[in-house]
Amino acid sequence: MKIQVDMDLCESHGQCVFAAPAIFSFDDDDNLVHAETADESLRDAVEKAAAACPVRAIRIEAATGDAAA
Amino acid sequence: MSARFDEHGILVVGASLAGLRACAALRKHGYDGRLTVIGDEPHLPYDRPPLSKEFLAGGTDGADLPLPVAGLGITWQLGRRATRLHLAARTVEVDDGTRFPFDGLVIATGSTARPWPAAPAGVHTLRGLDDARSLRAALRRDGRLLVIGAGFVGSEVAATARGAGVDVTVVDPAPQPLHRAVGEAAGEFVAALHRQAGVDLRTSTKVVSLEGVRKLTGARLSDGTEVPATAAVVALGSAPATGWLAGSGLDITAGVRCDRHARVLRRDGTPAPGVVAAGDVTRWPHPWADAPGVTLGHWSHAAEQAETAAHSLLFPGAPASYRPVPSFWSDQYDVKFRSVGLPALADSADVREYDLGARRLDVAYFRQGRLIGALTGNRVARIAAYRAQLAADLEGR
Repeated sequence: MKIQVDMDLCESHGQCVFAAPAIFSFDDDDNLVHAETADESLRDAVEKAAAACPVRAIRIEAATGDAAA
Repeated sequence: MSARFDEHGILVVGASLAGLRACAALRKHGYDGRLTVIGDEPHLPYDRPPLSKEFLAGGTDGADLPLPVAGLGITWQLGRRATRLHLAARTVEVDDGTRFPFDGLVIATGSTARPWPAAPAGVHTLRGLDDARSLRAALRRDGRLLVIGAGFVGSEVAATARGAGVDVTVVDPAPQPLHRAVGEAAGEFVAALHRQAGVDLRTSTKVVSLEGVRKLTGARLSDGTEVPATAAVVALGSAPATGWLAGSGLDITAGVRCDRHARVLRRDGTPAPGVVAAGDVTRWPHPWADAPGVTLGHWSHAAEQAETAAHSLLFPGAPASYRPVPSFWSDQYDVKFRSVGLPALADSADVREYDLGARRLDVAYFRQGRLIGALTGNRVARIAAYRAQLAADLEGR
């Protein structure tokens, strides 16, 4: 799956980092960094991260490009 | 294993984040029956955190506030206030006397702001969209705001109003803002932010009376001084919205009492069949808190507990457990405060960074020597590390 984060919306709440630390993290300057693709085995954690984002900045897309969340 | 709701379906009382998230979780778990939501506001669910920040500042017209409700198949009963729960008859009565029957019930009525008794016109509380709209209009009209209470809502409103050029006085009986929630050092940091921004901050002071025959003109304070004000915000905390549950047989002492599965308990301590609750309205057990548990008004808490509630309602034989690392945020001036754990329950704190010039703060909180929470300002990477440590502690309990 593909993961997109709208950095204009992101306010560094950190909820995605809590929910899926293998995908989302902060760098030393407190900027959010994330993997752009993830194995399907991590879907549950990534969906939790998207749901936990208070500003709804995270989108998950299937490999075909269909929006899934 | 799953419960049956064939006749009347599931009724959700409360049309805010917790109620909506409960609906989404019910559908996600495959519930395809009737789903009805009662809300006392005329609005569909919307996002509340911007009400004390961007929305109040006028930086948004509110078009970004609505929460997504499409595809959930909800029958909305908006502008209707629940007034009574008849548990044995399994109905909820609303203000015009209509009774809504249910097979399953989700209680998500949130909390209400503590009002100022007999206030003149111009005195506001800030919980809902309509409150924020009228306060925003008042701040545009005239420019002397009194904020009563320097908790999170009061501090955010003060910061937002000051940013919009409004003259602001903040009055709080505690020695620092946010004293009860995050302690002395963090409170002093916030006090310094207010004072640097030109807020007239009066701590260890109470508002004795609000002046003005029909319209607010000012306030008299406990130190004998008077402050002029054309608008005031009463930010003295909130109380769980449980009035409609009086006499229902449920335990509503300081919130709707739940077990760790978000099942609602009756006064005899046993779960009421088919009744769950989520969000600000609940009091629930947490491994870090003494009995009878905690009440939280955090965004994340409302969202997460609603998932547990939905699961427990659908699968009563295998209820989910809710043991979160709580977290909240508060944006004030140019500082992003982020918190994890339960700092309000700490008995000591370790200030690891306090740099007002760089706008950075890092405080760790302990209870009986064990880490119980953390608060940072503009240090989000550190909050993630604290969160991981707290999650590991919970795993071991």
